[in-house]
Amino acid sequence: MGNNLIEKYYRTERLPHIWCPGCGNGIVLRAIVKAIDNLGLNKDDICVVSGIGCSSRATGYLDFNTVHTTHGRALAFATGIKLANPNLHVIVITGDGDCAAIGGNHLIHAARRNIDITTVVFNNNIYGMTGGQYSPTTPTGDKGTTAPYGNIDPNFDLCELAKSAGATYVSRSTVYGANMITKQVEEGIKNKGFSFIEALTICPTYYGRKNKKGDAPEMINQLKEMTINIDAYYKLPQEKREGRIVIGELYRVQREEYIEKYNRLINSF
Amino acid sequence: MTENNKRLMQGNEACVEGAIAAGMRFFAGYPITPSTEIAEISAAKLPRIGGKFIQMEDEIASISAIIGASLTGVKAMTATSGPGFSLKQEGIGYAIMAEVPCVIVNVQRGGPSTGLPTSPAQGDIMQARWGTHGEHSIIALYPSTVKEIFDTTIRAFNLSEKYRTPVILLMDEVIAHMREAVDLPDISEIKIYNRKKPSVGPEEYKPYKVLKGNIVPEMANIGEGYRYHVTGLIHDESGAPTNDNRIAEELVLRLVNKIENNLDDIVYYEKYELDDAEEAIVAFGATARSAKSAIDTLRAKGRRIGMFRPITIWPSPKKQLTELAKKVKRIMVVEMNMGQYLLEVERIAGKYTEVLGYGRVNGELVTPKEIVRFVEEG
Repeated sequence: MGNNLIEKYYRTERLPHIWCPGCGNGIVLRAIVKAIDNLGLNKDDICVVSGIGCSSRATGYLDFNTVHTTHGRALAFATGIKLANPNLHVIVITGDGDCAAIGGNHLIHAARRNIDITTVVFNNNIYGMTGGQYSPTTPTGDKGTTAPYGNIDPNFDLCELAKSAGATYVSRSTVYGANMITKQVEEGIKNKGFSFIEALTICPTYYGRKNKKGDAPEMINQLKEMTINIDAYYKLPQEKREGRIVIGELYRVQREEYIEKYNRLINSF
Repeated sequence: MTENNKRLMQGNEACVEGAIAAGMRFFAGYPITPSTEIAEISAAKLPRIGGKFIQMEDEIASISAIIGASLTGVKAMTATSGPGFSLKQEGIGYAIMAEVPCVIVNVQRGGPSTGLPTSPAQGDIMQARWGTHGEHSIIALYPSTVKEIFDTTIRAFNLSEKYRTPVILLMDEVIAHMREAVDLPDISEIKIYNRKKPSVGPEEYKPYKVLKGNIVPEMANIGEGYRYHVTGLIHDESGAPTNDNRIAEELVLRLVNKIENNLDDIVYYEKYELDDAEEAIVAFGATARSAKSAIDTLRAKGRRIGMFRPITIWPSPKKQLTELAKKVKRIMVVEMNMGQYLLEVERIAGKYTEVLGYGRVNGELVTPKEIVRFVEEG
């Protein structure tokens, strides 16, 4: 089954990919492709847009309409694409640095507009492409090449950010449970509005090595231990919730989508 | 042409009218003086003709959005001014590399930085040429009357579509806010160039291969069955990123040469009173209007002087400037900066004739009187 997905949806002539051994990006990517397959979407109707960074290289390997843009701007490009051709399913692939630092403003405003774009953030807590600098999601105290004494910045909760900014579907999952990523991407694509999916992934080469997290399987197990499903989380007493990362569908609300509103304006003349 | 077509129109309005006539159906922008009317008028007009307007969160988002829109086959434009033009440079470079047609308007104002937001300047001549990083060529046009803003905006779109490259439309605060009576041509009289779509099926399509007889690769719209990859990285004919040095050189040279080898098609200019001229002024935009008036005064006094006005600022009109330099005793470049285009004119004409510059940077237009004085005393 897995190989069928590769033959069906990957530009196999572009493989092997550039990711390091043990990188979690391939797991997230496969989960996205599986969601597209489950929904039975036509490849010609899908446009995948990415920014700059390790995860953003994913677009090069996919046999859809793919646009590898500039650093942080995937959502701005995607907004133009979706608004100009609303028939496309527009999916944005981005990383924690791309989406939350240089592209943070675009994330806020795409969410505020509730434009029908599904954003998947590959959050590996580090700038991998440039060799391991701390990102807005590097946990406080952890190390990066630019935080040799430990990161003093508070780390961002991207799901809270997306929700507050106006996203109408927000969820989080990890590469430990790839099926959950798939399910969430399906829900995100089905949601008529701005969907935000944070996929927690691993970077053993930089984040892992700098912070003595062990090898890839160990890091994936750590994701399992750090996270808790939203239903179980709310059953926990307050004192046991501290430090747990909540996964699952975190937020969903109905609100009119941006282009529907614009089309109402066009049709009013 | 009937009298009914005559309208009193502002420069920024003529820009939008020209863009719509050229086929613009997407505008993304961010408010900035003195270009804001272009966004305002686009916001009012586009939804009425089924087009889309969006006010983005910043200048970078705006140019990113128009590049995205253009990839789907919709003609797109953004407009800005000095500080915003600095921010557009990232997207301009991407559009050059990925060969995405789009038009970027820069209504120049006083700088550097926030500078003089409501005053004219011509300080972005070199930024238009070299503002984005890396080796590249660029097309930048600069009209000087309201009617010419209309025509030049159409040309900007046509060149952008033909050469698959971003085209910069330079203006200045004076011509952008000036009102003149304009005779708009009938739509049927306007020549429109649309990007060449693929002549082969998706199986054979190579998005960055130039087929025989073409200047640029044929361009498929996203969503029409040609699934290809667009990137700002050096890429091969299939669009795949590569570090191959040979391919890198071939690509960069192709992107430069598609413009530099077609100057006769791209270079527009006006010659004013040059036939018997012994000396010449080079000026553009609002400054050219003062220069014309100065030339009339000087000619009335018996001086044989004329003007060469580049409408295509970049690529510079090398052939025409060389011819001029061989004919006249001196060339005077008048501009609202401290000699940016002077550098280019000196480079081209300096070995044949004397080249002088007159500039100002106080936020005031160069007056005809000043130019007369400069010519007589300079």
